[in-house]
Amino acid sequence: MASTAAAEPTRRDFIHVATGAAGAVGLALLAWPLIDQMNPSASVLALSSIEFDLSPVQEGQQVTVMWRGKPVFVRHRTAKEIAEARSVPVSSLPDQLARNANLPDSAPASDQDRMFKPEWLIMIGICTHLGCIPLDHQGDYGGYLCPCHGSQYDTAGRIRKGPAPENMYIPPYSYLSPTKVKIG
Amino acid sequence: MAGQSTYVPKTGFTRWLDARLPILRFTNDTMMTFPTPRNLNFWYSFGGILTFMLGIQIVTGIVLAMHYVPNASMAFDSVENIMRDVNYGWLLRYMHSNGASFFFLAVYVHMFRGLYYGSYKAPREVLWILGVIIYVLMIATAFLGYVLPWGQMSFWAATVITNLFTSIDQILPHTGTAVTQWLWGGFAVGDPTLNRFFSLHYLLPFVIAGVVVLHIWALHVPGNNNPLGIDVKGPQDTVPFHPYYTVKDLFYLSLFVILFAIVVFYLPNALVEPDNYVPANPLVTPPEIVPEWYLLPFYAMLRSIPQKLIGVIVLFGALATLVFVPWLDTSKVRSMRFRPLAKQFFWALLLDCVLLGYLGAHRPDAVFPGTGIPMLPFARLGTAYYYAFFWVILPLLGLIETPRPVPATIATSVTGSGVEQVNAPAE
Ligand code: HEM
Ligand code: FES
Repeated sequence: MASTAAAEPTRRDFIHVATGAAGAVGLALLAWPLIDQMNPSASVLALSSIEFDLSPVQEGQQVTVMWRGKPVFVRHRTAKEIAEARSVPVSSLPDQLARNANLPDSAPASDQDRMFKPEWLIMIGICTHLGCIPLDHQGDYGGYLCPCHGSQYDTAGRIRKGPAPENMYIPPYSYLSPTKVKIG
Repeated sequence: MAGQSTYVPKTGFTRWLDARLPILRFTNDTMMTFPTPRNLNFWYSFGGILTFMLGIQIVTGIVLAMHYVPNASMAFDSVENIMRDVNYGWLLRYMHSNGASFFFLAVYVHMFRGLYYGSYKAPREVLWILGVIIYVLMIATAFLGYVLPWGQMSFWAATVITNLFTSIDQILPHTGTAVTQWLWGGFAVGDPTLNRFFSLHYLLPFVIAGVVVLHIWALHVPGNNNPLGIDVKGPQDTVPFHPYYTVKDLFYLSLFVILFAIVVFYLPNALVEPDNYVPANPLVTPPEIVPEWYLLPFYAMLRSIPQKLIGVIVLFGALATLVFVPWLDTSKVRSMRFRPLAKQFFWALLLDCVLLGYLGAHRPDAVFPGTGIPMLPFARLGTAYYYAFFWVILPLLGLIETPRPVPATIATSVTGSGVEQVNAPAE
């Protein structure tokens, strides 16, 4: 065996490489179903839109609805809250993107770009730090205070202080009528 | 040190078996005649205790799985059913939940023992790294298990920990969210999450058992280190594992089990967050989310950092650091008994971990009771010391410290001369 120096590749070498390559490709093909099975299943994806009637929500009040297993805050903002949120320059915000699924990714975090109608803030009520549910009408900015690690959001759900990196997300939604919204 | 086999089959059957499957020879050589340093102390009984606790967790766990239902709408009730209606269900569950605590207690003693006696140094680096792998697997297993009762703490611990992965979004936009949804099998922690966590919680202890086999294999190649940290020079330095260490280990195991039994029977909920007896509610975050005590130091590190991604890196980095310890410690002397400076930094590290544990149980904006002194700076200092110990102090000490002289052999240190002690101990 060791007698020949740097021998030419033989037909046997070729078979070894070909077998190894076929095996590796086969394994990779099999790995994908094993990985992908953990992604949200068709039945989970099927639950992805809900309708909601705004009329019972009073000014200054917030209700929470479930959408895809997540809480969605529907907040009827007061004139004062709207004025406060609109007076903040976007350049002073920690996260300057709107995080609004209804607008392009690059939309700025102005109060206008966080919602369709100024009175109605419709937003996924999950802290962008590690996923706790912030408490409404609390904190220094009158918006939200997260009990877990103290992140504070303003009345437009924009992060103002604390470890959370991003504004709370706006889900895709549309008005079906002046008082009815479809989320998802 | 493994040496030649001394096994001699005595009966016809054992001779027959030995020629076919030398399992009795293997048992004899690894657990009976295995030459073990004669000076192993109390702290060396924790390896055996750990093996015992792993057995307890597996046995009680398999039995609990006969009654537990991994479904988001039934899990909490099925655990209550175990507690109230299943015969001895309360005992099995309390053994399993407190067993995890005692398992971690033992592993922490075992790890600090290894740090103190320099058991991670050549030729035991692989042994140490296998230990770190076991520890990480234990953390994963305990976290997955904590989710199963589907109480408020279960749900929110799962939410916070899986959300750690969303921090990847800050380097690769959308990737972190995709990974997190893949872990959840949905858009939030829910039924699919619970199901897979149960599957993995069942699996991992057997993976741990497999790594423990490798760990003990890697132990038996160089043999045990010992409190003096010097190599075994010959038979005068060792005694056979049985009966010397089987009996010693059994004695300390008994004490440990008594302690375990006291907690299981008299204080079964001492270490439990009351919130976990409230069913999971995805709409209400409890006022304070804390992990089990054995993970608090890491939680303190996470919460001491105001930036999300960096906090997560610091958390996982603290675990990863342990892998490098064999190469970070530059000292030629293994045991800290002979290292006057290293010894002090070691005790400071132990205190540091206890302090971090205390701080981890409090909100970052908390103050020390009755003083008004904020905790946050201490959590940051504690985190900094943890890293400094491994990455700065250990490497430097090896260069500047003058160790005390180490004894020539284990036997001289134990008997004063050792010369007349060469004979094999009587049996
Ligand atoms: C399920 C968990 C574990 C089990 C069952 C286990 C088991 C054992 C056993 C039976 C021994 C021999 C007896 C002794 O020296 O105490 C041992 C030794 C050792 N273990 Fe572990 N172990 C575990 C986890 C760990 C961890 C997490 C580490 C460190 C990161 C570790 C590091 C070591 C070292 C360095 C030794 C050699 C000790 C010496 O000779 O000084 N082990 N282990
Ligand atoms: S989860 Fe909200 S601040 Fe950490």
